Amino acid sequence: MSSPRVLIVDDHQLFRSGVRSELERHLEITGEAGTVEQAVAAIAEDNPEVVLLDVHMPGGGGVEVIRLAAERELRPCYLALSVSDAAEDVIAVIRAGARGYVTKNIAPEELADAVRRVHDGDAVFSPRLAGFVLDAFAGPAPDPETELDALTPREREIIQHIARGYMYKEIALRLEISPKTVEAHVSSVLRKLQLSSRHELTRWAADRGLDR
Amino acid sequence: MTADSHPGAQALRRDPTDGWLGGVCAGIALRYGVDRALVRLAFVVATTAGGLGVALYALGWLVIPAGPGAGRRRLPTGRGAVEVALGTGLLLLSVLLTFRALGIWFSDAIVWPLVLIASGGALIWRGSGSPATAPAQAEAPTAALLKKETEQPRREPGRTAAAISRTGIGIALVVAAGFAFLQATGALSAARDVLLAVIAVVVVLGVIFAPWVLRLVRSLTAERSERIRSQERAEVAAHLHDSVLQTLALVQRSDDPQEVAALARRQERELRAWLSGRPPAGQAARLAAALEAAAADVEERHGVPVEVVVVGDRNLDANAEAVVAATREAMTNAAKFGGGSPVDVYAESDDGQLHVFVRDRGPGFDPDALPADRRGVRESIVGRMRRHGGRAQITSSPASGTEVELELPARPDR
Repeated sequence: MSSPRVLIVDDHQLFRSGVRSELERHLEITGEAGTVEQAVAAIAEDNPEVVLLDVHMPGGGGVEVIRLAAERELRPCYLALSVSDAAEDVIAVIRAGARGYVTKNIAPEELADAVRRVHDGDAVFSPRLAGFVLDAFAGPAPDPETELDALTPREREIIQHIARGYMYKEIALRLEISPKTVEAHVSSVLRKLQLSSRHELTRWAADRGLDR
Repeated sequence: MTADSHPGAQALRRDPTDGWLGGVCAGIALRYGVDRALVRLAFVVATTAGGLGVALYALGWLVIPAGPGAGRRRLPTGRGAVEVALGTGLLLLSVLLTFRALGIWFSDAIVWPLVLIASGGALIWRGSGSPATAPAQAEAPTAALLKKETEQPRREPGRTAAAISRTGIGIALVVAAGFAFLQATGALSAARDVLLAVIAVVVVLGVIFAPWVLRLVRSLTAERSERIRSQERAEVAAHLHDSVLQTLALVQRSDDPQEVAALARRQERELRAWLSGRPPAGQAARLAAALEAAAADVEERHGVPVEVVVVGDRNLDANAEAVVAATREAMTNAAKFGGGSPVDVYAESDDGQLHVFVRDRGPGFDPDALPADRRGVRESIVGRMRRHGGRAQITSSPASGTEVELELPARPDR
């Protein structure tokens, strides 16, 4: 299995070193960054494959890191890692381009696994993020013409299972489909989340100044 | 000026709650400890001396800021103010016409300008009344007033514009009154010289007193925002002291890691609820808050993390409360028999339909082989759901743990 090179971005030094010591057994850590500027510089210098990104940081937070790095044509995979419960923060960083979101109380092995999955091109949904997504896509789509603005019944079913605490493998088993199919559905939901024009999402994005 | 000539003395404030008009007399009486009636009498006597009393009173109303309690009397704004202006003007007109009919006093040259002045004056004074109460409110240290204060800057621009135009109309009316009077008495040319002198005096006074007035306004604003800030700080400090510091103290005295973890989790929940402005756990009237509270309780009792995800929300009726109670029982079971694995709770409320899933990764059990004395599952979960028109389903296997599914349809048929 590939061992992706990881950069840890968080403004709390104690948390950074904690995550580092937990992940070092499983993954290669290229460095740590405590501010938005440091993060962008470290992405440019160390060229990590996966960036563990704190949502809340002074100076714009994770969203700003993604934006500034993209301005310099740097596009590593981002996994948002936060204590934040606020749906708009999480959705904003996902819409900016993060490939997944996990809460900070995740177990070390699960975190390492999530990093690997993001690196492999999969989307990583924690139950909480699944809840946010279901909330954001609740109700009929404002414009039925755009297929992007609604989840298919299957996608909905899978996201519901994630919210209920099931792993991809367990979902595949229950729905009698292959784990790869589950991943494809989840990636499709992530893409809809990033591209959808649903007004809730647009409003969230507008609040955070992301609708450029 | 009063503040300068009496340093340290109690400031002179109007007292609109006790006053007849603007509370000028009441305020003066309060400040100097004289009987209110005496002050009023003095003003009336002064009025007979060529209307001096009225002028003084009007000046007092404008210059003396309103005292505490001014907010209690609502000042009419918007259309109400225009009606007040019209009414005042018409009332005065009728009084003057009555005098005229009785043959006492006054030529037309005075009547019409007076009517105009009264209307315009009413517009201006009413309009400028509301901002004048702001500094007074800042002195009352209650939270309710504080809230009102912080909301003040958010006044809609439309209302501000209305106030400005109102003041503009008022000024125009008063100026027109002045011109009409001068025209009628033929003193317009003489007035020009007087006007020049007045302008000179105003400029001189302005230059002398402008810095002082500016400083006063600025210090008042600074003082106000400082007070708001310190009150907010005190409130945050009080909350953190009661919650976070208390928990930290408990953590330091405990050597049971499970208890420490439970304490931390509970504190985290509480702090999150506080930060997001949700009502505290005790008084949950909404489904999401009630489920969170139940989860926190189970977590605390059994030391197993319970993760709650809620999609949608609804008010708690009897049926929803039954679902919450059944969920609590399911969470308790999962915590007790789940082998210490984290418990995932997912609730979805959509169009009145309610779905709850409670899941653990424990060893699992056979729901059909439950001993008859295990009333928890049979009564508290399955039976309760059935009684409220819903249903409960339990799926369990050693490989994947146990999941309890609770369903409450939109219209329970009994």
